[in-house]
Amino acid sequence: MKLAKKIMALSLAAVMAGSCLTACGDSSKADGKGGDENTLVIGGSGPLTGDAAQYGVGVKNAAQLAVDEINDAGGVNGVKFKLVFEDDEADKGDKAVNAYNALKDKGMQVMLGTVTTGSCLAVIDKTKQDNVFQITPSASAQDVIKNDNTFQICFTDPNQGKASADYIAQNNIAKKIAVIYDSSDAYSSGIFNTFKSEASEKGLEIVAEQSFTSDSKTDFSAQITAAKNADAELLFLPIYYQQASLILAQCKSAGFAPKFFGCDGLDGILDVDNFDKSLAEGVMLLTPFAADASDDATQKFVKAYKEKYNNETPNQFAADAYDGIKIIAKLVEKEGIKGNMSTSDICDKLKKAISSDDFSYDGLTGVNMKWGADGAVSKNPKAVVIKDGAYSALDK
Amino acid sequence: MKKKIKPMTKKSFITYGLVLIAFVAVEILISTGNISSMLKGLLVPICVYSILAVSLNLTVGILGELSLGQAGFMCIGAYSSAIFSNMVKETITEPMIRFPLAILVGGIFAALFGIIIGIPVLRLRGDYLAIVTLAFGEIIKNVFAALYIGYDSAGLHISLKSQGDLGLAPDGKMIINGALGISGTPNDSTFEIAAVILFITLIIAYNFVNSRTGRAVMSIRDNRIAAESVGLNITKYKLMTFALTAFLAGVAGVLYSHNFYSLQASKFDYNLSILVLVFVVLGGIGNIRGSVIAAIILTMLPELLRSINNYRMLMYAIVLIVMMICTSNETIRSFFVRNIEKFKGLFKKNKAQSDVVKEGE
Repeated sequence: MKLAKKIMALSLAAVMAGSCLTACGDSSKADGKGGDENTLVIGGSGPLTGDAAQYGVGVKNAAQLAVDEINDAGGVNGVKFKLVFEDDEADKGDKAVNAYNALKDKGMQVMLGTVTTGSCLAVIDKTKQDNVFQITPSASAQDVIKNDNTFQICFTDPNQGKASADYIAQNNIAKKIAVIYDSSDAYSSGIFNTFKSEASEKGLEIVAEQSFTSDSKTDFSAQITAAKNADAELLFLPIYYQQASLILAQCKSAGFAPKFFGCDGLDGILDVDNFDKSLAEGVMLLTPFAADASDDATQKFVKAYKEKYNNETPNQFAADAYDGIKIIAKLVEKEGIKGNMSTSDICDKLKKAISSDDFSYDGLTGVNMKWGADGAVSKNPKAVVIKDGAYSALDK
Repeated sequence: MKKKIKPMTKKSFITYGLVLIAFVAVEILISTGNISSMLKGLLVPICVYSILAVSLNLTVGILGELSLGQAGFMCIGAYSSAIFSNMVKETITEPMIRFPLAILVGGIFAALFGIIIGIPVLRLRGDYLAIVTLAFGEIIKNVFAALYIGYDSAGLHISLKSQGDLGLAPDGKMIINGALGISGTPNDSTFEIAAVILFITLIIAYNFVNSRTGRAVMSIRDNRIAAESVGLNITKYKLMTFALTAFLAGVAGVLYSHNFYSLQASKFDYNLSILVLVFVVLGGIGNIRGSVIAAIILTMLPELLRSINNYRMLMYAIVLIVMMICTSNETIRSFFVRNIEKFKGLFKKNKAQSDVVKEGE
């Protein structure tokens, strides 16, 4: 009983101390006036807890890595970067906005984020209202870039669906295709919609269209049986890696062995706990980044990332975020941005600079990346295949 | 002669007073510019969650039935009002006219669904209501997530498959885009409107509880057979309470949907219903003031704990457990009661002393 009281008292004290600290920790720099001349505050927002935490953590780590590299080299024109990152739990409503507001309170001047599409849709009008320059590493829906202050590093969903269909058709990978997608998810249904229309144009036959929702994402036997009965040669999976790992395992036990093709959501499948990597052998996916690519930039990044973060292999989201910070740095250098400029002025200059014709960026996730005023990126899609438990480039 | 105030009236007026004081305090903070953007962003959600908690308390606390469909009713209110606002936003440009209409639309649709599912379900007893309302919430969420609605010169187009199947004319506009939800809803929700609606909700709730109907509902909760034997129409009273809960939840949904640019059905999941139930349980079942306080504290807590990063969810859980123990454990409760009395005693002693001093002067 005494022990219970002690534990109780301790936890109460901890809670109180915690809440006191938080109450003091708020600095009120919400006026967007800008602060120190030589510090530019970059705000990042993404899921650090919950289902999609792997993406958010990757983005946060890689962004920090890029910021550290820039600062170690003396900053950009003497301006050092400071990264503040908030957890939005991949929420689609109030929590994403809360994270954004918390960033604003911390004096954010440029925004890197958000990581997931749903959260991004919730905040884009807030960034537009406040006129904050926003570049998202991985929120891929078309609607994300409907405002002129938001830019994407990843492909938009329609482009991914189109690119997948084109890739399958051009390389003659299969003719009869089955699709399993998440009808309750914006990302997944977005890709599926354009894949479907592009596939019919390219003469591919979709023999089975199977969907699931986020409430029934553990048992896929019905969908797999339907695909199998339709004699599909290829199973297209425009979904996230957690469900894909289950589908691969259940396909095997159902004795169904088509080719598998996915989009960037499949990235991360090799890091799923207790996942038999041999199941993913031969899975093809469109992703702009492969950690074992042989070019110098990638190798340098992967090495630095591994050294800093416990030997973890960076995923595509991390690469997007690293590029994002470097793109911001390049723009800041070009425009001579200083930390004491107002957020709105920075936004006006950066958005003009990024969409100008002479701006292009060669990074980890693509070479000669260019942006139009609409915010979408133009770069070539890359396909990788999983071989011996690692990615290797599909087209050489 | 001193006029006697009924204890329930006193209780309700203390709650109104507290809400009013909080509202004035926040307004002063806003007008002097001393409020952080985060707190400012939290104001409307706090009102929304408070309304949800108060309305659920009517079903859980006053009627004594467990309902897990709060998110479903909120979803109906949010979607129906967002569709309404999107369709009329070009014709009715004045938000002060459009928004009250949207609130009515959302509330009435939610109440309608409350009555529709209430009629068969409320004849059942015990856990059945919980099971059916849970299923109802999930069905609503999934239907809206798969729904594509657009309109053009030919009228409304509805599809459950994909955007392409709608067959919209080129000048047509999408209203609901499947899992992407609704975007472009005018941001009509302000803290002032939300606070007024919270105030109205409290007035409705207290007056409902203290009315003839409220007493009938409570007698059904306490002893169904006895209530039936004195001739109360059980289904009618249950249905009334349930519809009122649904109506208020729908109104909360309207406030919610008009506070954000985009609205996605997946937000209204099972977890949201449970969250609201947690507010009700921790605030005290049947205690309306407690619901509001719990909703405010538990909505703000995870945001205030942001500075401890990844531990904040752990902290949140600890606080939940501590609150639960503190409000239910006899020993700890009596500890608090003792201390409050001691404090009161101290206060009285001081007063007595100062009286003595005054007399001495």
